[in-house]
Amino acid sequence: MAVKKISKVQPEKFEFNKKNKETADSIIKNYPSGKQQSAVMALLYLAQKQNDNWIPLSAMKYIAKYLDMPYIKVYEVATFYSMYNLTPVGKYFFQVCTTTPCMLRGAYNLVDVCKRKISEEENSLSEDGKTSWLEVECLGACVNAPMLQLNEDYYEDLDPTKLEQIIDKISNDEVPQPGSYRGRLSSEPENTRKTLIGNKNA
Amino acid sequence: MLEDKDRIFQNLYNDFGADLTSAKKRGDWKDTKEICGKGREWIINEIKTSELRGRGGAGFPTGLKWSFAPKEVGSRPHYLVINADESEPGTCKDRDILRFEPHKLIEGCLIASYAVNAHKCYIYIRGEYFNEGQKLQTAIDEAYKDGLLGKNSAGTDWELDIYIHYGAGAYICGEETALLESIEGKKGQPRLKPPFPALIGLYGCPTIINNVETISVVPTILRRGGNWFASLGRPKNTGSKIYCISGNVNNPCNVEEEMGIPLKELIEKHAGGVIGGWDNLKAVIPGGSSMPLLPKETCETIKMDFDACVENKTGLGTAGIVVINKDQDIIKCMARIARFYKHESCGQCTPCREGSGWMWRMLERMAKGEATRDEVDMLLDVTKQIEGHTICAFGEGSSWPVQGLIRNFKDEIIERNKFDPIVKKQKDIPYLVDQHLLEKENA
Repeated sequence: MAVKKISKVQPEKFEFNKKNKETADSIIKNYPSGKQQSAVMALLYLAQKQNDNWIPLSAMKYIAKYLDMPYIKVYEVATFYSMYNLTPVGKYFFQVCTTTPCMLRGAYNLVDVCKRKISEEENSLSEDGKTSWLEVECLGACVNAPMLQLNEDYYEDLDPTKLEQIIDKISNDEVPQPGSYRGRLSSEPENTRKTLIGNKNA
Repeated sequence: MLEDKDRIFQNLYNDFGADLTSAKKRGDWKDTKEICGKGREWIINEIKTSELRGRGGAGFPTGLKWSFAPKEVGSRPHYLVINADESEPGTCKDRDILRFEPHKLIEGCLIASYAVNAHKCYIYIRGEYFNEGQKLQTAIDEAYKDGLLGKNSAGTDWELDIYIHYGAGAYICGEETALLESIEGKKGQPRLKPPFPALIGLYGCPTIINNVETISVVPTILRRGGNWFASLGRPKNTGSKIYCISGNVNNPCNVEEEMGIPLKELIEKHAGGVIGGWDNLKAVIPGGSSMPLLPKETCETIKMDFDACVENKTGLGTAGIVVINKDQDIIKCMARIARFYKHESCGQCTPCREGSGWMWRMLERMAKGEATRDEVDMLLDVTKQIEGHTICAFGEGSSWPVQGLIRNFKDEIIERNKFDPIVKKQKDIPYLVDQHLLEKENA
C-alpha cells in the first residue's frame, strides 16, 4: 500500500465551472438512477483537472454533496487510488515507470535525468515551479520501454538524451510530440516484422 | 507459424486505421444481425466448441462463464463488464486492441451482451490509458451514429448502451470483484466469492466480466466457426493469442501467434533474439509478473499455452513475456517486482498487506547481500503464509514470483548471502514479528 499525503495548504472553496457541471451531470446519467455514487471517480478527475492537477479537500466535500454521499466515502476513494493528486504537482507532471520490464531497459537512467534536471526529490517542484516528477508502477506499455507519462500522454522508447531534450523543451513551455522516440508507430517489432506483411505493403 | 489470413487482429500494427470504415473493410460488423439471429444457445455453444479460454490471466472457459448467467431476466437487470484495466507488468496487448481494433471489441460487446441478456455494458479502462479510452469513445460514437449501438443495435432488435468507466491507477481493480466495487464508486477491494458475479455482481445484479482480448475475438470465432478456432493450437488450449515480448530482447514487440508456439521461437524469430545472444539468457517470466520465472533450460523447449506452462510450474497468465538476460541481477529484478506488489496491495487481508512488504524488504537485502543464509527458507515460508490465505488471487500473484526465484536460483541467493545469523537462538529481526513461523512444527 502506498501512503498518500494531504496538502497542508488548502483552498477554502471549490465549485465546478459551468462546463464541468454539464460534464458531471452527463456522466451521472451513465449509471442507473440512485447509483450516482458510481460517478465519484470521474468527478474527482474533473475536479483535479479544473484545479491545476490536484484535488483539495473542499473539492471532495463539494463532490460528496453533489452525489449525495458521505464525505468520508469520497475521501476514501481519493486516498485509495494513486492517480488522484492530493498535493499540488507541476503543471508538467512526469511519471516515470520503473517496474521490472522498464527497469530492464534502463528506466533508472531516466530517473537519474529527472533527479538532475527537475528536482532531487520526487513530488517536489522544479526551480521554475512548472515541473515535478514521480516514480510509478507499470503503465502498461512494456514493449515500448522505457517510457514515461507526461500529463496524459505516453512518451515511449526513451533514452536519457531524449528525455533531457524533452525536459528542455518543457522548460520553454513547448510540449514535445508524444509517442515513440525511436519512430515506432505501434508495438510492432523494429526491422524484424514477420507477420501481417501483406498489410504493411497494402 | 500462424498464417496471416488466420490472424484475428489484422490491424494490430495500425496499418489501416482504426475508424469504422476501415474496420468494416476488414470484415468487422459483417453479418452481426445474422449471428445474433441464430440465438443465444447457438452463440454460447459455438464459443464452447471453440474452447476459448479467458485471455485476462486465469484462462477460464468463456462459453462456460456465459452459461452461468441466468437464462431469464428476473427483477434485476443483467450487466456485461469489460475488464480493460491492463496493469500486469509485462502486458500491453489490450492497449493495442483499444487503440487499433476498437470495433472488434464493440462488436464483441454487442454479441456477448445479447448472449447474456445484458442491455448495459461498462468498459473499465485503467486511468493511465486516457488516450486509448478517447479512441475507444470515438469508435463508440461512430457505432451509435451508424446504428450499430443503441435501441436497435446493428438491426438485431437488441438494445445496448456502452459506457466507459476510467480507473485511477490501482492494479487490484483488474481483479473482477474489485473492479465491480470500483464501478460502484468505492475503493477497489475484492469481494469474497461466492456469491459469484454471474449471479450477484454489479449493483447486486447478474454480471458477466470478460477481458478485452476475449471479447474481441468472439465475432471472428462466430463468423469463421468454433471449429476453425479449435483447429488452432491443441485441445483445451485453442486459438491464437497476442504475446507481448519485452525486456532484454533486440526488438520488443506484440505479436499474434498460434497458442502453443515455442517460447524460443517467439523470442528468436519475432523479438529479434535475446540481447547478447541466446546463451546470454538468464530467465524468462512467461505470463506477466505474477507467474513464476523459468530458467534457461526450460525456455529451450517450453510451448506457450495454458497447460504446458502449468506442467512447468508456471502459468500462461496474460502472455506478457519478460526476458531477463545475464547482464541483469535476477534478485534485484524480483525485488523490484516485490516492490510493485507491496505498492499495489489493497490492504484488505493482513497476510498480503504485511507479507508483500516483508517479501520486498527481504529481497532488497538479499540483492545487496545483507541477509543471512537461513533467511532464504524464511522468505519461502513467508510466501507460503500469504498464498491461499487471502480473499483474492493477489496473494498468489505476489508470492509465486518469489517462489519461482527461490526454486530456480536458490544457490545464487545463498552464494551472495552466506552469513550465519549473528544471534543464533533469538532471531529478533524487526520484520519477523511472528517468531513461531521459524519453528515449523508449531506453524
